[in-house]
Amino acid sequence: MNALKKAGDATNAFAKKWAEFVIKFKWPVLIFTIIIALGLGSQGNMEFDGDYHVFFSESNPELEAFDALQDKYTKDDNVVIVLSPSNENIFTKENLTAIEELTAETWNTPHSSRVDAVTNFQHTSAQGDDLYVDDLSYESASKTEAEIKIIKEKALKEPLLVNRIINEKGSVTAINITVRLPGKDSAKEIPEVTAFIRKTIADFQEKHPNFQIHSSGLVPLNTAFFESSMRDMMLTLIMLVIVIITTLILTRNFVSTIATFIVVVFSIMSAIGFVGLMGIKLTPPSSVFPTMILTLAVADSIHILITMLQKMRKEGYAKKEALVESIRLNFMPVFITSLTTVIGFLTMNFGDVPPFWDLGNITAFGMTMAFLYSTTALPALMAILPVKTKETKKNVQKASWYTSLGEFVAKQPVRLTIISTIIISGMTYLATKNQFNDEFINYFDETVQFRSDTDYISKNLTGIYNVEFSVGSGESGGINNPEYLQKLNEFENWLNTQPEVIHVNAFSEVARRVNRSMHGDDESFYRVPTNREEAAQYLLLYELSLPFGLDLNNQINVDKSETRVTVTIQNISSSEMIDFSKRAEQWLQDNTPKPMHTIAVSPTLMFSKLGFRQADSMLKGNIIALILISLVLMFALRNFKMGLLSIIPNVTPVFIGFGFWAMYKAQINTGMVIVFGMTLGIIVDDTVHFMSKFLRARRELGYDAKQAVIYAFETVGKALVTTTIVLLAGFAVLSTSSFALNSYMARITVIIILSALIIDFILLPSLLILISKKSEVKTPVKELNTQIQLDK
Amino acid sequence: MKTLVLIGLSLLSITFLTAQSAEQRGLQIAKAADKADQGFNSSIVHLKMTLKNKNGQTSERLLITKTLEQTADGDKSLIVFNSPKDVKGTSTLTFTHKIGSDDQWLFLPSIKRVKRISSNNKSGPFVGSEFAYEDLSSQEVEKYSYKFLKENGTLLLVEQDPVDPKSGYTRRIVTYNKSKGYRIEKVEFYDRKNSLLKTLTYSNYKLYKGKFWRAGTFTMVNHQSNKETVLKFSEYNFEANLTDEDFTQVALKRAGQ
Repeated sequence: MNALKKAGDATNAFAKKWAEFVIKFKWPVLIFTIIIALGLGSQGNMEFDGDYHVFFSESNPELEAFDALQDKYTKDDNVVIVLSPSNENIFTKENLTAIEELTAETWNTPHSSRVDAVTNFQHTSAQGDDLYVDDLSYESASKTEAEIKIIKEKALKEPLLVNRIINEKGSVTAINITVRLPGKDSAKEIPEVTAFIRKTIADFQEKHPNFQIHSSGLVPLNTAFFESSMRDMMLTLIMLVIVIITTLILTRNFVSTIATFIVVVFSIMSAIGFVGLMGIKLTPPSSVFPTMILTLAVADSIHILITMLQKMRKEGYAKKEALVESIRLNFMPVFITSLTTVIGFLTMNFGDVPPFWDLGNITAFGMTMAFLYSTTALPALMAILPVKTKETKKNVQKASWYTSLGEFVAKQPVRLTIISTIIISGMTYLATKNQFNDEFINYFDETVQFRSDTDYISKNLTGIYNVEFSVGSGESGGINNPEYLQKLNEFENWLNTQPEVIHVNAFSEVARRVNRSMHGDDESFYRVPTNREEAAQYLLLYELSLPFGLDLNNQINVDKSETRVTVTIQNISSSEMIDFSKRAEQWLQDNTPKPMHTIAVSPTLMFSKLGFRQADSMLKGNIIALILISLVLMFALRNFKMGLLSIIPNVTPVFIGFGFWAMYKAQINTGMVIVFGMTLGIIVDDTVHFMSKFLRARRELGYDAKQAVIYAFETVGKALVTTTIVLLAGFAVLSTSSFALNSYMARITVIIILSALIIDFILLPSLLILISKKSEVKTPVKELNTQIQLDK
Repeated sequence: MKTLVLIGLSLLSITFLTAQSAEQRGLQIAKAADKADQGFNSSIVHLKMTLKNKNGQTSERLLITKTLEQTADGDKSLIVFNSPKDVKGTSTLTFTHKIGSDDQWLFLPSIKRVKRISSNNKSGPFVGSEFAYEDLSSQEVEKYSYKFLKENGTLLLVEQDPVDPKSGYTRRIVTYNKSKGYRIEKVEFYDRKNSLLKTLTYSNYKLYKGKFWRAGTFTMVNHQSNKETVLKFSEYNFEANLTDEDFTQVALKRAGQ
């Protein structure tokens, strides 16, 4: 048993030697760390990736299914430009001409493969025995009033247009640009498309100020991801200012502030180097790493500096001795906190969402480097720079606040435990009321143009979310089988009756339309053909009549055995989305032959399932984190029972956090799944400090439990409040992000960190007293002492 | 000073002349190619079309094409589908015109009717393939404006800009082989935003009747969708002596039955 005590002494001795070594060789140490930081920093290369695909791991089954569908038909990413003329009528000569003009211009969009607008809609009609397929409005400038009236009538009756390209009133219209991104370098391709679209819109706006313009679609979504990464990166600067101010207030020393600043900057430079070396492309979740590292790294420095300055100010140590003493006292706690934090962040690798792997790994690396710099560069700098202090006795007054808090807790441990238990149980119950929701539009708050434009489009024209089905017929050319067409038509009809459905684009509509035109536009023939040869030959005729880019290849596969059904859906929550897709899949199973059974796929659906997938995969990671961190605590406290007890104050803040969240939003997203592992690594800090001081008081000073609690409050109360304030500041900065995966994660972390402090101040000491009391009643003091001896 | 002006003037005129001759030479080459192929009268050929998507899934169509040479106007052609089964017998009759839109009819055996197709749209894919109808129809000289680009051994590269505003292309770059009767070796198609869309490569050329080069294989690769279509020609017959009578709506109906 003494081995552990020896190990403890050994670490003390090691820390002391380390400090002396660093101070002796302050210049070489400093230069060496500068070389490491600059060396790593020079490898830094920050590239951003906005492609929404980054959120899905390669083995993600929803992504695989979606990619398979895109390979079968066409790979479509899109931009929707929505035009609202001020006269609230698309169908005027001027407006149609303007739309036609913009449509022609958008064909020049880089990587575009198709442009759908109201003007170039391929209208099918019969003229005598001829099939006539042509643009709905070609050369609109030459149209007469009467012709425009006919165009309007046709357009507002066209199921393929209404609620997709035009609204029911005919006052708002869309131009849908399909782009086929080569996918070689999304960091270049997406901005290229965006730049073109923005310029085209700006030029159009200038020429036609009577149009209000909004844009959305998958490319703007990618751009919004891209830009929110860069914006969140900028939060680093705000955090840096906060770090400087906080350090200045807490240490009241200019030199210390500079040293802290250098340590955090070195840590971030190293992390940036890591990003470059690993070839990581930054995404919105991973782009917050500098703020994370700043927040977490600054605590290390502050611990070391405050102790050093205290020793100088209050106890009159000389600078060098104060520094050595501070390192001796803080080396182990700082090491333990860094270790647990690194473990917490590394557990993100268990999840199924790659950007969080990056965030976890980059931050873990940054934290490791922060530990190194805090124990090398920081003392070296402090040894080099002149530190002036005046002796003050100001803090004596303040400490009494913590003493009285300690006394307050020591007086009523049972009561406080009961109250805490009730609150925690209530919050835990509430926490189960949260629901997953990964609506990707709501990832962005209303300040982001993508969000406000998309909201406008959802309100005035069509939906942005969709679900797709590749419905098979089981045989080559089978899509012309009347039975298949009939069933497909029934599926289309069923979809149209579903409350969340805005629009359905199915091949059965094409079949009906062509059939009608082949029968002299007779409305009674607006149904699918009943003869296979007829259907096939009509389709051949129709396909021969379509122009460049407006073919059916995006809807029919090469051997005409499957067709694609695209359903536009209202903005509904993830669980409603999953429910809808299951209902549709079930309908196909119940009502169609086997080859037609298929699964729903789409980016929307992929995001809907992302949170569940992440939660499932993170569960294992979280359990491992909990076990590992508890083991670290047992080792650090050199006490098995205490290590076990520490699980309570470490785990309950997360329950409280999610309980609060249930009252606040009740909807959780993928970004929040990681907070358990992450905050566990962070809040453990409080517990370690408090419990180790408690144990020290009992072991070394022979205090009873109540006295030991008060002692712990007096010695670490302030330090805990200080680090909590720094952490809260950091996550508060992050919570201002316009990107919900980051801001929600940060907000709940703020709640968790705050409740961790409260629990460590109220519940933990109460439990410590209660547990000690039990053993005190059972065993005489003498035996207790030996037991503690053994524990050491 | 005078000599300077003269040199300047002559330089100017050379640039002007070469600029002009780039277009003229392009047109000359196109005309030479057209002329080299004149006099075949008529032909019948069997055609296997293989469509391949990005994943390598394929689909086949079998066709027979009959062509009748015209001198005053564009050629006439008749295409009969033999497979897939459900479109067997479907046939198209096309009168290409040197100026203006082509005329096109389709015979549908299922309803035994001939339907005229609006031929404003010639830029769409031909039966789901990577060939547009405009890639397959008779290549009349008048349908493009020309610009000679460069000479590469016996190969001549000519840029061709379609006259039709509804064409799916901004330009095509055609490689002619001067030493082989101006036969075409390769065509590169640039889409409306002027980026390379497709490449058509002609291979397995054979010389018929000692004069007419016909490629046995057309390979069209779409660089943007990574889809591919291969046409394989077989059983070329230049001896059928087809006449205008074989290219009427009545003949169209007969062909499909």
